[in-house]
Formats: sequence, C-alpha cells, structure tokens
Amino acid sequence: MSEKKQQVSRRQFLNYTLTGVGGFMAAGMLMPMVRMAVDPVLKESGHGGLTNVSLAVEDITTEPQRIDWKIDQVDGWYESEVSRSAWVFKDENDEIQAFSPICKHLGCVVSWEGNESYPNEFFCPCHNGRYYKSGENVPGTPPLAPLDVYEQEVRDGMLFLGDAVPREEA
Amino acid sequence: MLQKIYDWIDDRIDITPIWRDIADHEVPEHVNPAHHFSAFVYCFGGLTFFVVVIQILSGMFLTMYYVPDIENAWKSVYYLQTEVAHGQIVRGMHHWGASVVIVMLLLHTLRVFFQGAYKKPRELNWIVGVLIFFIMLGLGFTGYLLPWDNKAFFATQVGLEIAEQVPFIGTQLKTLLSGDPSIVGAQTLTRFFAIHVFFLPAALFGLMAAHFILIRRQGISGPL
Ligand code: HEM
Ligand code: FES
Repeated sequence: MSEKKQQVSRRQFLNYTLTGVGGFMAAGMLMPMVRMAVDPVLKESGHGGLTNVSLAVEDITTEPQRIDWKIDQVDGWYESEVSRSAWVFKDENDEIQAFSPICKHLGCVVSWEGNESYPNEFFCPCHNGRYYKSGENVPGTPPLAPLDVYEQEVRDGMLFLGDAVPREEA
Repeated sequence: MLQKIYDWIDDRIDITPIWRDIADHEVPEHVNPAHHFSAFVYCFGGLTFFVVVIQILSGMFLTMYYVPDIENAWKSVYYLQTEVAHGQIVRGMHHWGASVVIVMLLLHTLRVFFQGAYKKPRELNWIVGVLIFFIMLGLGFTGYLLPWDNKAFFATQVGLEIAEQVPFIGTQLKTLLSGDPSIVGAQTLTRFFAIHVFFLPAALFGLMAAHFILIRRQGISGPL
C-alpha cells in the first residue's frame, strides 16, 4: 500500500463514522421537533372572506366615519369574535374608501381629525403621525407608507369588507 | 472556522481539560460489548439517560402549543396532534417515551441488582437511583392528566384517592395535590402542569447530576 492511501487513520475513520451516525440519529430526533416549532411560519395564513359591516352605501358620506364590526377568528384551537374597525367615506370620484386605522409607523390607531391642529387629516397620537384624507402619509411625519385599504364589495346596497391589504407603493 | 472559534475560546478559558474530564475516560473491558457481548446490560443506564433527553426535548416543544387550562387543554392537544406538522410525531415520542423510560430504568436497576453493583461503596448511588425512580413515577402520574381527556381525568381521580389512603396526612396530601378538597379541576390541572414541567424535572436534573458524579468518583463496579 502506498503512503497516500494511509491518509485516514483507523481512529479518524471511527471518529467520522461515529459522528456521522450520531449526527444522523440526533437529526432524526430533532427534525420533527423543529418542524413542529416552525410550523406557524410555514403555514399559509387563511384568507378571510367578506363580512357585512352593517353600513348602507347611502349612509356613507364624504366625511370619514369610523365603523366597527365583528369577525369570527380561528386562532389555533381557539375560536372567538374579534372586532375590526375602518374609516369609511366617499372620495371626490364618489368611490367608497375604507381604510384600516392601524398606523403604518408602529401600529397605533389613527383617528380622522384626531388633532385640532391638523384638520382634514388622519392623526396618530403615538408619535404625531399624519395622513392626508387619501390615506397618503404626510412626508416628514413618522409613518413611511399610506394606510392599508380594506378589500370591499357592495351587495344589495350594503358594504362588505374583507382583509386590510397594503397598497402598492407608487 | 469551527476550529478557530474553538481555539479562540480555548485560548482564553482553557476548556480542553474540562471537556476531557467530562467525555474522555476509558471504558473497562468488562463493560465493552465488543469484548464480551453480554456486557450490553451495561447500556441500560445510558439508554435510560437517552430516553430522558428525548422526554425533555419533546416536552419542551409540546409546551409551545399546550395550555394547562381546562377549557383549552384538550383542544390544544387535539390541535397540535392534528393540525401542526409533525405534532403527532413529537407527541408520540413523549407518549411512548414515558413508558420506554420506565422499562429502561427497570432493566438498568435489574442489572445493578443482579450484579450486586449496589454494594459498598455504591449504596449511596443506589439510593439516588431509587429517588430518580420515584421522580419518574411522579412525572408519569402528573403528565398523564395533562391531555385532560376522560382517561386522564379518571386516572387522576384514582391516583388522588390512592394518595388519600396515606395514614394521618392522606386528606391533606390529596388536597395539596389537587388544589381543592373535592374538585378535580382547573386548579388540579395547573398544579400538575407546574409539577410536571418545573418541579420534578428540576429534581431529576439534580439527582441525575449526583448519580453521574458518583459514577465518575467510584467508577463502574468490577467484573463479576
Ligand atoms: C433516569 C434514571 C437513571 C439514569 C439516567 C441512570 C443512568 C446511569 C448510568 C449511565 C450509569 C452508568 C452505568 C451503566 O450505564 O450501567 C448508572 C449507574 C448506576 N445506577 Fe443508574 N440511572 C438511573 C436510575 C437508576 C436507578 C432507578 C437505580 C437503582 C434503583 C440506579 C442505580 C445505579 C447504580 C447503583 C449505579 C452504579 C453501578 C455501577 O457502577 O456499575 N440508577 N446509572
Ligand atoms: S405609531 Fe403612529 S406615529 Fe408612531
């Protein structure tokens, strides 16, 4: 046998074999546990349907009004009713707008004309975030994106709202 | 890379000797199944430890989904078993492991008994071993209630009445375990949960440390 073929000693070979087999067994043991732990990341989130928010289209004005409604939420093994809110109004093109009140800075709740100094704007009290009536964030205030918009549909003169989705940035 | 990180740490705190103390020691010939196949009986202690590790790890992961509350306990177990990927496997590991660990413990104890390995100076470790055995029974008893299904409920009911048979302090002991003099319910479940995941494992770690330190001090008993 040539010198070259002796590169792996018996000790090394046994070490590698043991590490390999041991690693394989450890992986077999840990793999199901880790997969179970990361399951929430890999599960696709369920897409909620549309809910009747008990607001007739004829009652929607050009002045944003806050509406609250309940949806059925399935949270793992726990099912409950949770409330959602939206600011709803008709814009200058007579189109219905339904904005999520969740601030795009750090998630506080915004109000229409929530601050006397900023009329005709949505205002977030947490860090003085501001949005124009269109939902666009006022440059120079903390929020970095416009308010999310609810998926919407009108059926039989009633407003139905779904999930709030971020708008594509222009 | 790994070697470099290891060297960097070793440079500062000299871990190699610590590592040697823990892992690098000789296996006597009479304990090595490669020499005498019958030496496989020495494996049962290590196998017990291996299953204990599985129990601890799978238990930690189950706790990510489990809630110790009578409204939700069963539902959370059902959810993790049917909806969570691999949840069934992890629960299965914990469920079957709980039985396998008792079997291994028994085989290990039988080996120590029939080899007379418990004799002086190892009586103390026999005592530690018996305490470990009781801790294991406690883990089995408290864990059995946690899924909060009918079997769990009635098994616990019976277990609590067994505790009640203890002379003089039986009634108090039962109340102490169930958290209420007459109800097996919300307070029983939280207690059993706390005992199962915090108190008994802590005791188990302490006793296992004592068990292993004693083995290293005294060495494995000699050949028959
Ligand atoms: C979780 C439970 C236990 C674990 C993890 C465990 C683990 C071990 C291990 C790894 C050894 C080294 C020798 C061998 O592998 O056979 C050992 C030795 C020993 N065990 Fe245990 N054991 C446990 C429970 C018990 C019980 C229940 C008893 C007795 C009732 C016991 C009594 C002893 C004694 C006396 C020794 C020293 C024997 C010798 O050196 O040959 N152990 N144990
Ligand atoms: S969260 Fe609204 S401004 Fe910071």
